[in-house]
Amino acid sequence: MASQDLALSPAAETSLPLTARLHALVVTVDHKQLGLMYIGTALLFLVVSGGMAAVIRLQLAVPNNTLVSPQVFNRLFTMHGTAMVFLVGMPLIAGLMNYLVPLMIGARDMAFPRLNAFGYWMFLFGGLLLYFSYLAAPGLAGHGSAPDVGWFAYAPLTGRAFSRGHSTDYWILSLLVSSGGSIVSAINVITTIASLRCKGMTLMRMPLFVWMMLVVSGMIILALPPLSAAQIMLLLDRFLGARFFDTQAGGSAVLWQHFFWIFGHPEVYILMIPGFACASEIIPVFSRKPIFGYPAMVAATVMIGSISMGVWAHHMFAVGMTAMGNTFFAISTLLIAVPTGIKLFNWLATMYGGQIRFELPMLFCLGFLFQFLLAGLTGVMLGVAPFDWQLTDSYFVVAHFHYVLVGSFLFTIFAAIYYWYPKASGRMLNTKLGLWHFWLFALGFHLTFDPQHLAGILGMPRRIYTYDAGRGWEIYNLISSLGVIFQAGGILCLVINLLWSLRHGEPAGDDPWDAWTLEWSTTSPPPAYNFETLPEVRSRRPLWDLKHPEDPDWKYE
Amino acid sequence: MKLGLLGQKSLLWALRTAFFPWAITSSAARADAGAPNGITNIFKPLSTPAEAIYEVSVLVLTICAGIFLIVGGLLAYTIIRFRRRPDDDGREPPQVYGSNQLELAWTVIPILIVFVLILVTARTIADVQNAARPAGALDVTVVGHQWWWEIRYPELGIVTANELHVPVSDPTKRRPTFLKLESADVAHSFWVPQLAGKTDAIPNRDNQMWIEPKQPGTYLGNCAEYCGTQHARMLLRVIVHPPGDFEKWVAAQQDPPVDDPQVQAGRNVFFSTPCVNCHAINGTKAEGTFGPDLTHLMSRATLGSGAAPNTPEKLRVWLRDPQLLKEGCLMPNMQLADTELDHIVAYLLTLK
Repeated sequence: MASQDLALSPAAETSLPLTARLHALVVTVDHKQLGLMYIGTALLFLVVSGGMAAVIRLQLAVPNNTLVSPQVFNRLFTMHGTAMVFLVGMPLIAGLMNYLVPLMIGARDMAFPRLNAFGYWMFLFGGLLLYFSYLAAPGLAGHGSAPDVGWFAYAPLTGRAFSRGHSTDYWILSLLVSSGGSIVSAINVITTIASLRCKGMTLMRMPLFVWMMLVVSGMIILALPPLSAAQIMLLLDRFLGARFFDTQAGGSAVLWQHFFWIFGHPEVYILMIPGFACASEIIPVFSRKPIFGYPAMVAATVMIGSISMGVWAHHMFAVGMTAMGNTFFAISTLLIAVPTGIKLFNWLATMYGGQIRFELPMLFCLGFLFQFLLAGLTGVMLGVAPFDWQLTDSYFVVAHFHYVLVGSFLFTIFAAIYYWYPKASGRMLNTKLGLWHFWLFALGFHLTFDPQHLAGILGMPRRIYTYDAGRGWEIYNLISSLGVIFQAGGILCLVINLLWSLRHGEPAGDDPWDAWTLEWSTTSPPPAYNFETLPEVRSRRPLWDLKHPEDPDWKYE
Repeated sequence: MKLGLLGQKSLLWALRTAFFPWAITSSAARADAGAPNGITNIFKPLSTPAEAIYEVSVLVLTICAGIFLIVGGLLAYTIIRFRRRPDDDGREPPQVYGSNQLELAWTVIPILIVFVLILVTARTIADVQNAARPAGALDVTVVGHQWWWEIRYPELGIVTANELHVPVSDPTKRRPTFLKLESADVAHSFWVPQLAGKTDAIPNRDNQMWIEPKQPGTYLGNCAEYCGTQHARMLLRVIVHPPGDFEKWVAAQQDPPVDDPQVQAGRNVFFSTPCVNCHAINGTKAEGTFGPDLTHLMSRATLGSGAAPNTPEKLRVWLRDPQLLKEGCLMPNMQLADTELDHIVAYLLTLK
């Protein structure tokens, strides 16, 4: 306990020997510390798995390239997809939730601090287990190394007949472990929000960030267990001769697809709604106006969460469902456009009539708005089932979901990093490096993913390690690969900035952005106990009320 | 529920001209028999189901482009118009919390657009999936294998691989082809973009799809569901024959394999090695079904499902070690000596 107490004070921490500081990391149950550990680890995995994507793009830059073998390529895209979803996306949102939810609702910590630490270590060891497959999986059976069945792991390719050795087992076990971590952290967030809100913070006075994280946590609890269940069934198939997905013994390959996408589609929103959450905090502050239509934003989030549970089979329009089945899932998919549109328009109306400051967090949010608009529209195209029969499993889909996960999710995460880094570190990030990051990354993103829409329309399928010349795909693939250089340059600027500013950034003060939510009312970084006295709020923008006693929000809400 | 909009050919033509000028030339794109046109563009459909998809796609693209221009324009306007200016007095702008009327508007208008999209979607799904089957339709069974396609004509007694031969369909005498899709191992997906959308070939499940090509030629496609190591080299060709030509192809395929005494040495090699465990040649003791049927091997344009052109030189390389042309494929290196290779190539070359 002694070392933990010491670690809580940042000044004391730097003077401690390295071993003591590492020990403090291992034993910490502080939500802020864990949140930062989540985000830091996720960024490490982002760099590793982004590097894998770079090799993928290098291989596809020219036709009939032989840089990597088909086996290596298949491992690369499997590991890239799996790691980006489970080891980058999920921990990034877990980190943001952990760090910010207690601060935003005026609590001293999460409801279950030890469970919180448990969740982090589950995620970390799940992630290490996945990468450990590169070393360990061939050792026992001589077959394979890292998983090569795709992040979706369609049956029966994962069966023992087609996936020998243990690579698929590593995929199953590592995700079982890290999903366990996600589920406990979701339970923790829900409990925290339900029971630890400060005085006066009714549900409808919570920051939108907290509302959206509440919905996301509920979705995690509903969506991840079906995946875990299916993975356990697959383990039974592989080791105990069960026949769930073994088509040669009467099992069903389509059953796996249903299980996987009952998890997989809500998962997309589990990642994207936290992006919305960050944008819903940042856009108002940098437009100098409250969020437009708060109740509608809450309702739209709950609607997206609910409808997203009933759209999974739009990933399966080509598996030969009946016309009725296809129509049902096309309808539910298209309906999601409505609440999503409400959000976009409410952000637009928030900016309308404001005084928009083009600080770095806002720049990333503006990029997000345009890119998300396009991502949503290509999503509508994919929701139209007949159009999807042509587009599914083509590069058009690759472009679409990278517009969602990079152009939208990652951009809002970058916005969040620039926005809350001063709170967490006490120092501002460097603006010049940040601008380089923004412009390089935005340029790289568009170079890489815009041409992929066209390659898909020209009939290029996903997950191919090479292709012949002559179908018109060459130029788009080349441009796409060139974009990687710019993206990598952008990420490099971010990493340098994060490390450099830790010691050399300008001191931030408590409230560098003149913002309105509770986390800005305490010091930067906040003390272990968060608030000296627990705050009491009367509106959605408690700091606005403090700064404008003549015109407080509670008069209008 | 019928939407008049889609039925109006002239409007459709106008949309096509406006948004896809390059698609207009599609009807002029001619392919010589045998040489593939190299086009896998989903916006150059030449078959009924692909055209139905194309029509709904153009409508959806047009609506989406309109939304993008309007909303994107509003975003750009807002960002520029309401940027903070150097001469701002530092006072906060008017605090507006919402507007029921506005929010209702941007809820109802999207609902109406979505309603239109749902109608055209449902109609096209029904058009393609519930299409009536004309009397002259041809039945073909396509079986996906790691990593090649087995193609069977149950009514004609033909088994071949990787190249689907079908007759052209004439509006006056429709001859669509109905495909039954199966898989021998893992999930695959049949995709020839100019002819139809994808349908998966899934083991332990029978799927159906149909094509109705309107122009003779050779169409290219791919397996579109990840199926393991050589998913990339699981290519497809559909050869659409002009009227009368298809029957000639059928007759040639139904011929028994030639029995040329000059290649007896090669035949001996073939039947004394494990080739026969996996491959079949009609009327011989080679009855394997794990690999492609070789009865008329030399009538096919490619080896290894599109891995290499089917020339005598490549055939020799393939037989020396298939892994050289298609790494990871399931045909092993048979360790044949050079003279054996010469003999067996000579024999296979007679299987026209």
